[in-house]
Amino acid sequence: MPLTLEIALTHIRERLRQTVLSVLGVTTGVGFAVAMAALMQGSQEDFIRRIIDATPHITVRDDFRAVPWQPADAVYGTSAVGLSSVKPKEELRGIRNPQPKLALLAALPGVAVAPTLRGPVVLRFGGRDVAVSLLGIEPKAEVRVSKLAHDIREGSLNDLYTTANGIIIGSGLARKLGAGLGDSVSLSSSAGTIRLAKVVAIVHSGVVAIDDATAYARLKVVQVLLDRPNVINEIRLRLDDVNGARALAQRIERRLGYRTESWEEINENVLEVFQIRNIIIYTVVGGILVVAAFGIFNIVSTIVFEKTRDIAILKSLGFTEADVRAIFVSEGFLIGSFGTVLGWGLGYALCRLLGSIEIKVRTFAEQTGLPVTYDWRHYAIAAACALTAAGLAGYLPARRAGRLDPVAIIRGAA
Amino acid sequence: MTGPSFVTAEGVHRVLPGPVPVTLVREIALSIGAGEFVVVTGPSGSGKSSLLYLLGLLDRPTQGEILIEGRPTRALSRDAAAALRLASIGFVFQFHFLLPEFSALENVMLPMRRLGTLERAAMETRARDLLATLEMADYADRRPDQLSGGQRQRVAIARALANAPKLVLADEPTGNLDSRNAEQVFTILAGLANAGHAVVAVTHNLDLAAMASRQITLLDGRIVEDVRTH
Repeated sequence: MPLTLEIALTHIRERLRQTVLSVLGVTTGVGFAVAMAALMQGSQEDFIRRIIDATPHITVRDDFRAVPWQPADAVYGTSAVGLSSVKPKEELRGIRNPQPKLALLAALPGVAVAPTLRGPVVLRFGGRDVAVSLLGIEPKAEVRVSKLAHDIREGSLNDLYTTANGIIIGSGLARKLGAGLGDSVSLSSSAGTIRLAKVVAIVHSGVVAIDDATAYARLKVVQVLLDRPNVINEIRLRLDDVNGARALAQRIERRLGYRTESWEEINENVLEVFQIRNIIIYTVVGGILVVAAFGIFNIVSTIVFEKTRDIAILKSLGFTEADVRAIFVSEGFLIGSFGTVLGWGLGYALCRLLGSIEIKVRTFAEQTGLPVTYDWRHYAIAAACALTAAGLAGYLPARRAGRLDPVAIIRGAA
Repeated sequence: MTGPSFVTAEGVHRVLPGPVPVTLVREIALSIGAGEFVVVTGPSGSGKSSLLYLLGLLDRPTQGEILIEGRPTRALSRDAAAALRLASIGFVFQFHFLLPEFSALENVMLPMRRLGTLERAAMETRARDLLATLEMADYADRRPDQLSGGQRQRVAIARALANAPKLVLADEPTGNLDSRNAEQVFTILAGLANAGHAVVAVTHNLDLAAMASRQITLLDGRIVEDVRTH
């Protein structure tokens, strides 16, 4: 063992109580940093996984980002004439001429496509009315773009083909209505059409917003109900590479003109909330590590103060300033290292504990426990932060120790 | 027995800067060779310890030059001076200044370990031999707080000799010892000189000073007397 390290070890061993307290400070910081990182990443990944599983990766809507250019603007827009109360030209909603667009998108590599007509309807069952978003789908195409078939708890997706006016409802919606498999529910659209539909399946995606307020029927049925024959207003895409969704959505929007949103854009608000949450929690954990660093600074400073005479004698023996600095920086690192290793253990134990807690919460996504991600990078980052803090905390008093004038100390002692 | 000059001071002044500068030593010119046992005496504040620190490269002269084996040292970096001190100069202080957490043996091994020229086993053998020479073989594993004042000072001498320095500097090494232990320490220092080391010791005790081969007397930082007694 290098001599400077041996002297450093001896110093901190001689001050066991102070050392233990400082080590515990680092342990707490590292432990909580690891646990919080695991919890944050776990919940974020869990949410994203559910979103990716339950919703399309890209959605093309019958909408435009810019306000459509009105005929009056086209005639007078750049002149000195002011117009007011111009009635805008009524746009027929829906994706025009969808078949070539569907074919174009389906030809993209790693992309599955499904047409949809989405509209608001009111579901009535047993005197209860619930406003829902009704999706008109083609079951054969749908299985390629969503996990609807996989998420069905009761019934079957293919029953939409065999049952006239069949409907699939979310599990939360079923609970709200008190409806079950085989029940007939009434569907009312804004077009004034009312139809009876039979519940052929109940789906549970785990995403509360979907399970509580979404229903599915065959595209033709929905087109009739909404009085929009042969119209679709969404094209939903599923990608082999979800990370490429944003870039592909931008390309599609440039090509087709319709508003095209990736899953990241749709959930941007939630992802931003995650970022804010991460900043808050990392700040708190960083604060713990700073407090731990102060503990290390305190103990190393105390040792430097107590050991001024020893520093002088080491220098008189021929130890250099760098040797003396190395001794006290090593003390900071030793405390930081012990604390880090123990902190890793504490962090892992906290992850196991948090992961085992059963909590039923219904926020963005339904959860039965705290999702925890085990990632070696959490441990590495926490260790790097702790050791940097420990190194700095040790370096400041070590630099002072290195600069001490041995003659002045020896004169003082004499 | 006096050998070639190991350390030479040429016109050395040392002034402590400050609002009122304090002159510690002035116009020091001397040369000390191998095998010499030099005692520096003088009243308190006459600059005895300051001279020792300058000769041992712990301090630097404001003017003049300290030469070690003919080589000037003023321009040496602190690290180079430390390296020279480690290899060639041994210090003994009034207070033993042993590291309290280490045993006598470990304290003696410290300079050897820092120098790093010997294997660990060879270092330990040499440290034990040194302690045995100073009649401390039975106390090698004891920590300083388990030793008497005289024993601690012997361990400090053994540590000063660890790297076989050519120059041993002792700053009032008997200041905290009773007369019997003080005499023993001076006998040891005289023995070192006989063995070929250049030894410089500061003392107030004129009886002990009589054991030296050369006596330098300082007054107000100046050498006022430099006599060879043997």
